[in-house]
Amino acid sequence: MFAYVLRRLLATIPVMAIVAILVFLMLRLTPSDPAAIIAGDNANAEQVAEIRKRLGLDQPILTQFVIWTGKTLQGDLGESFFFKKQVAELILDRLEPTVSLAFLTIVLAVLIAVPLGVLAAYRQGSWLDRIVMGFSVLGFSVPVFVIGYALIYVFAIELNWLPVQGYQRLSLGVAGWLERLILPSLTLSVILIALIARITRTSVLEVMNEDYIRTARAKGQTEGRVLRRHALANAAVPIVTVIGLGVAALIGGVVVTESVYTIPGLGRLTVDAVLARDYPTIQAVILLFSLAYVLINLVVDMTYTFFDPRIRY
Amino acid sequence: MGYLRQTVLALAAAIGLAAPAHAEKTLRAVMHSDLKILDPIWTTAYIVRNHGYMIYDTLFATDANGEIKPQMVGNYEVSADKLTHTFTLRDGLTWHDGQPVTAEDCVASIKRWAAKDSTGQKLMTFVDSMEVKDPKTFVMKLKSPTGLVLLGLGKPSSNVPFIMPKRVAETDPNTQISDFTGSGPFVFKQDEWKPGDKTVYVKNEKYKPRPEPASGLAGGKVVNVDRVEWRAIPDHQQAVNALLAGEIDFIEAPPHDLLPLGLADANVKAFDWNPWGNQYTFRPNWLHKPFDNAKVRQALLYAFNQEDFLKAVVGDAKYYKVCNSYFPCGTPFSSEKGMDGLLKSNFQKARELLKEAGYDGTPIVLMHSTDLAVLTNLAPVAKSLMEKAGFKVDMQSMDWQTLVARRAKRDPPNAGGWHAFLTSWVSADITNPIFMGFMNAGCEKAMFGWPCDETMEKLRDEFAHETDPAKQKAIAEATQVRETQIVTHIPLGQWYLPALMRKNVSGMVAAPAPVFWNIQIQ
Repeated sequence: MFAYVLRRLLATIPVMAIVAILVFLMLRLTPSDPAAIIAGDNANAEQVAEIRKRLGLDQPILTQFVIWTGKTLQGDLGESFFFKKQVAELILDRLEPTVSLAFLTIVLAVLIAVPLGVLAAYRQGSWLDRIVMGFSVLGFSVPVFVIGYALIYVFAIELNWLPVQGYQRLSLGVAGWLERLILPSLTLSVILIALIARITRTSVLEVMNEDYIRTARAKGQTEGRVLRRHALANAAVPIVTVIGLGVAALIGGVVVTESVYTIPGLGRLTVDAVLARDYPTIQAVILLFSLAYVLINLVVDMTYTFFDPRIRY
Repeated sequence: MGYLRQTVLALAAAIGLAAPAHAEKTLRAVMHSDLKILDPIWTTAYIVRNHGYMIYDTLFATDANGEIKPQMVGNYEVSADKLTHTFTLRDGLTWHDGQPVTAEDCVASIKRWAAKDSTGQKLMTFVDSMEVKDPKTFVMKLKSPTGLVLLGLGKPSSNVPFIMPKRVAETDPNTQISDFTGSGPFVFKQDEWKPGDKTVYVKNEKYKPRPEPASGLAGGKVVNVDRVEWRAIPDHQQAVNALLAGEIDFIEAPPHDLLPLGLADANVKAFDWNPWGNQYTFRPNWLHKPFDNAKVRQALLYAFNQEDFLKAVVGDAKYYKVCNSYFPCGTPFSSEKGMDGLLKSNFQKARELLKEAGYDGTPIVLMHSTDLAVLTNLAPVAKSLMEKAGFKVDMQSMDWQTLVARRAKRDPPNAGGWHAFLTSWVSADITNPIFMGFMNAGCEKAMFGWPCDETMEKLRDEFAHETDPAKQKAIAEATQVRETQIVTHIPLGQWYLPALMRKNVSGMVAAPAPVFWNIQIQ
């Protein structure tokens, strides 16, 4: 097991290196100029050139890459072109809203989707099954921002139950934190609920006709216990896999959701940095997202041994 | 109020988190952009200019009538030969750290501003020396008289000559400042500044406003709120939603199509804080064929008409004005001299000019910005009108930031360069031939588009030398007539964008920049 984890961790190094090279090159090859953006609309060519020089953008791409790689390897993510702050500081500042949003989204998704999926499988062909599957199709099909605006219209503007936008730090109180995260989490969880419920239904259906389910029933166990202890436990591996994939997919959803709900998290930071061509920030955030993606996959793989002791690494 | 909110507030009150008994008056505003850079001399970005007006003061300021009035200056004297200008600061001016504002601070600030700003650079060509006479007085000696002293020091828009402490103003003009001590009506709370989230200012309790009522950017800057928060809400729809829900009080620049949604609410009103508005502009690139030929550029002046552009972008006639003048209507040098028969979509005349110029059908690379609602529809209208006049147009769509980067390129259009693009100017930035960047025809030194015309440069120099307003007006008209012959750019009409605010907000001053003194919250 240890050797497997070590191998997987070592394998992240070339992955991260490739991501770093691709991101760096893509940014430099797109027709954009952070210096022109910083200088403002009224600036002349001389002012833009001066800023370009200050940012080191007048140097050859290879030189820029060597400097950036060297600093990154030493843990220095550089200074944002725009914010006059260290990128690491910016990321740390934006981490809490994104982690909070992702955490609540996953909790909501799992708590809603797994029971729905199990029930849909148990009542296969019933109206409940059809409703769950219909909702899944809808959840996949409707874009996140449409769901966001619809929820805002109903719950924030018409009913006035929840705030329209914004984020409150956890340190200022759980109630305010939760109040401002309910709608964004719900928005983001819709697609995950659809995905997890569908996979849960399929996985549970596959095991429902197995001998051990028949045996459990024959031993007189309640249907609830049969579903929880025997069906769900044996269907867990694909469900955990899809939850892991869902967490990774959240990265894209977070960008949209944080923009719609004005949450100052990593998603918003990514959008702002891309629009402003803030190279150091874009590079650092994408590296961080890539690392998160790789590590989440590793954790998911490792949980397989917990749910299915037959799996060995 | 919703049940959940009531529950949360009750819970907060129970555990002592509710607001204090004496609640602060906080104005929550959504500006046109998030504040990322803090040095209003280092960049010309409008959001940074607005930040400058919050925390800094200016020696002079432009009032509601476009006249330059003293602001930090208490006494201003000009010698009979107009070569010696003496400035004395008014009493009671202090920095946010309590130190007095001195003449040394002013001289250092003017020097840093003049190193970056084009009007400042021009002014400095007239300045022989700037000397501090006493802690509150400094003297500017000129080599020859110029009207640029007041025009420059009272410049209302980017770059504004904000006065900073000497230690800050001595920062290299190409390096951003890191000390944000000002002497203006608000204090910047750097510890609460979270780019992408909010920018916070508190009232400067030590600020001594002028006794006159506020007028434009001049007069008494009386602060009636304790705190101003600029909230970063990039999604316009969400900003309006937040205004309707009472989560914010003010939106600086809501898109035209969202104005009816906001105004349908009984608690929301509109206020046009920028009565001079903005001007749409077409900019050809003089470096490349066919726009290296004046007749081809003139053909555009005949092919275009302002109404088509304004209708396509703004829509509601309440918010636009056809203005047949290079200098915006309502500003001192506005005139229709030389504009007869132009901007009327006379396609026949345009075709004749193209034929005389020998236009060979070279496709015009027209850059089309797609992500800013106030610009998006301009290029398609230009394309349509140009094609009717006989041009071939290759409209290339891109986001504004890509356009900004590409317009700086001098390469041929088929090698990553360009032929033309459209943009918008805040009217305050283009009120005279020196401010108007696109009128600069100084070849290599001109802005992107690089027009090159000695006559125009001579006229601009004459304007800079002139101190008599009537003669300045005549020169400004001459530059406009010259424009119709050489066409550095084309004005495409004026447009206005009112702010939306809750009805309990009042007293906002109409000025070329959104300012927050004088505002009251009931």
